[in-house]
Amino acid sequence: MSTNMSAIHDKIGQFPRELEDESIYIMREVAAQFDRPALLFSGGKDSITLVRLAQKAFFPGKIPFPLVHIDTGHNFPETIEFRDWLVKETGAELIVRYVQDSIDQGKAKEESGKYASRNVLQTVTLLDTIEEFKFDACIGGARRDEEKARAKERIFSVRDDFGQWDAKRQRPELFDMLNGRISVGENVRVFPISNWTELDVWNYIKEEKMEIPSIYFAHQRQVIQRDGMLWADSEHLNKEADEIPFETTVRFRTVGDMTCTAAVSSTAVDINVIIEEILSAEISERGARIDDKRSEAAMEKRKQQGYF
Amino acid sequence: MDILRIATAGSVDDGKSTLIGRLLYETNSITKDKIEALESASKRKGLNFLDLSLLTDGLIAEREQGITIDVAHIYFSTPTRKYIIADTPGHIEYTRNMVTGASNAKVSLILVDARQGIVEQTARHLSIASLLRIPKVIICVNKMDLVQYQESKFNEIQDKLSDLVHKTTFQGQNVSYLPISSLFGQNITKQADEMPWFTGNTLLQELETFEFAETLAQAPARFPVQFVVRPMTEAYHDYRGYAGKISSGTFKVGDEIRVLPTGQTSTIATIEKFENSLDQAIAGESIVMTLSNDIDISRGNSIILASETNVPSLKDFSAHVCWLDHQALSAGKTYLLQHGIHTTKAKITQITERLDVTQQTSTNEVGQLNLNEIGKISLRTAQAISADIYAENPSNGSFILIDEFSNSTVGVGFVD
Ligand SMILES: Nc1nc2c(ncn2[C@@H]2O[C@H](COP(=O)(O)OP(=O)(O)OP(=O)(O)O)[C@@H](O)[C@H]2O)c(=O)[nH]1
Ligand SMILES: [Mg+2]
Repeated sequence: MSTNMSAIHDKIGQFPRELEDESIYIMREVAAQFDRPALLFSGGKDSITLVRLAQKAFFPGKIPFPLVHIDTGHNFPETIEFRDWLVKETGAELIVRYVQDSIDQGKAKEESGKYASRNVLQTVTLLDTIEEFKFDACIGGARRDEEKARAKERIFSVRDDFGQWDAKRQRPELFDMLNGRISVGENVRVFPISNWTELDVWNYIKEEKMEIPSIYFAHQRQVIQRDGMLWADSEHLNKEADEIPFETTVRFRTVGDMTCTAAVSSTAVDINVIIEEILSAEISERGARIDDKRSEAAMEKRKQQGYF
Repeated sequence: MDILRIATAGSVDDGKSTLIGRLLYETNSITKDKIEALESASKRKGLNFLDLSLLTDGLIAEREQGITIDVAHIYFSTPTRKYIIADTPGHIEYTRNMVTGASNAKVSLILVDARQGIVEQTARHLSIASLLRIPKVIICVNKMDLVQYQESKFNEIQDKLSDLVHKTTFQGQNVSYLPISSLFGQNITKQADEMPWFTGNTLLQELETFEFAETLAQAPARFPVQFVVRPMTEAYHDYRGYAGKISSGTFKVGDEIRVLPTGQTSTIATIEKFENSLDQAIAGESIVMTLSNDIDISRGNSIILASETNVPSLKDFSAHVCWLDHQALSAGKTYLLQHGIHTTKAKITQITERLDVTQQTSTNEVGQLNLNEIGKISLRTAQAISADIYAENPSNGSFILIDEFSNSTVGVGFVD
């Protein structure tokens, strides 16, 4: 083993168990402090981790809140397949609401051009869903290490009537005491894995022997090359004439919509290799998120609009 | 793998964010795309160097004003441990965010500008570090490059601070001094070639070798019940599990326990973590406990060992507080008090002292405590709280005060 590789192995370490204890504590606070909580489920590894934590927090009882999926219609089929399997496996309740419905109702407008995506539109559907079910707390899998605006998030993040995040008015959050008191109309976004890093999530998935969607592992896929990234070809991707799809071996490091997550070239079919790849990667996880590249403050602006 | 939580402190512009950026940069913890983003953001600001403070100052308003407004949490790891850093704002207006970041820290990095020496925020943050009982404080005398890396300047600041430090420190707190330059990477992870006169550890060495003996497992056993698990399924028909995170001490299967405030006793039948049964569990672990007989326990009750003679139960008590709201704390007012997960009403009967942070002297019997002030109060709660004296058992000795109308967290208290 080269010295470089052994240095990497040293770094892998183990999953720090205190993070799991902290997250389970947060899950239980949500169930206890709110009348109508929900877990926002995207099908990605972070929300799968949340489901695992919720399962553990209430065992041998069932997860006491529904999983809510805001379906953009641009999901990878593997993600949907996995979602339905997980719901069966855990016995959790699943609520699905569709961005397509918001578009049909004229509440959201489809973007045009080659960068068109439904990432921004899902906020509309999310806010409507929160109103429909009167959810007072929505659990999300955002992590502070992902992005600079997310690094500023509280664990209990209070949002106004319109779901808006006001970074300047965040409540103090002391020790592990979580204050979930809100006024009528307000709701709370809860981030139980705030303090986990990408590596922590992968080490956890490995140690817990969790199932994850197959697209996280290397597979053959039709892609196009755009802006130095590999984009999955699909009927939802607006291609230009010179963007000709070709087949190659890729995997996804982060999973969002087909139109906002880029693939990475990889032959890793084993979780240990994935972890090694992450450790030696020169690019951060969200470097493959096309949605973050729109501007310097793309994430903060979306959060102000009610994104999670 | 253990986790070391660190928070920065010190006055505005002393270089906290730059220091954290530098620490991550020199430990190769910033990926290429993020460095490129920092480079272009620095260029846009008209700078001809890499402004590492932009790594944590990620909000639009922060970048416009060039200051930190809210805490940023940032992560890196070494083969030794995982670090969670809270980079907090130095501006007095945002002290509540500084306290938020500092409340979970085991190490406080208090920065001082080598040109200016001690300012009021240095004193306030030292006071807060002592109020929170943060075990290790590293006073980083930053911007040494601007005083030509003179040893005399460093010694002068250290001398001037020693009186203040002597007054704020508590037994067991470790305070050290470090001359650094965050901008030029002197003494952060590499020995300072510009300061050969300094032979102590670099900042990273200080962090890597810091041993915090986890005394929590030896503290009195405290288990606040968060949630009652009642599956009511065929297989678990009569199952009743008490879920929570042990705040201090150790619980073992077979231990006789007492429930507070009711005083009922029972024996621990099982301790469970998901599908695993354990013989014992210690502070920090999220578990489910079942008892040998059915007694009435609900959320907010605390479980302790029945053998304990010194039962924690407070209704009329005094505490130190740090006030975090624009609306002043006034005597006679009622708030919601949250101790751990238990909430009850509390009336502030008296404000007995207000602390002058720079002089470390107190004024007695004041009418109110304003934003960012530290003082001592007497209070009475509607229901007894099962709290310990903070200095004796920190994990069970603090509380927050919540405004009943705005629902906001307005103060933090430490039981005396
Ligand atoms: N010469 C010199 N300048 C420094 C040093 N460290 C920081 N600075 C500069 O001091 C200014 C403030 O630095 P920041 O890191 O933003 O300060 P801060 O303490 O985080 O400020 P707040 O978070 O707003 O309280 C910036 O212009 C930095 O480039 C240093 O060691 N030497
Ligand atoms: Mg700063």
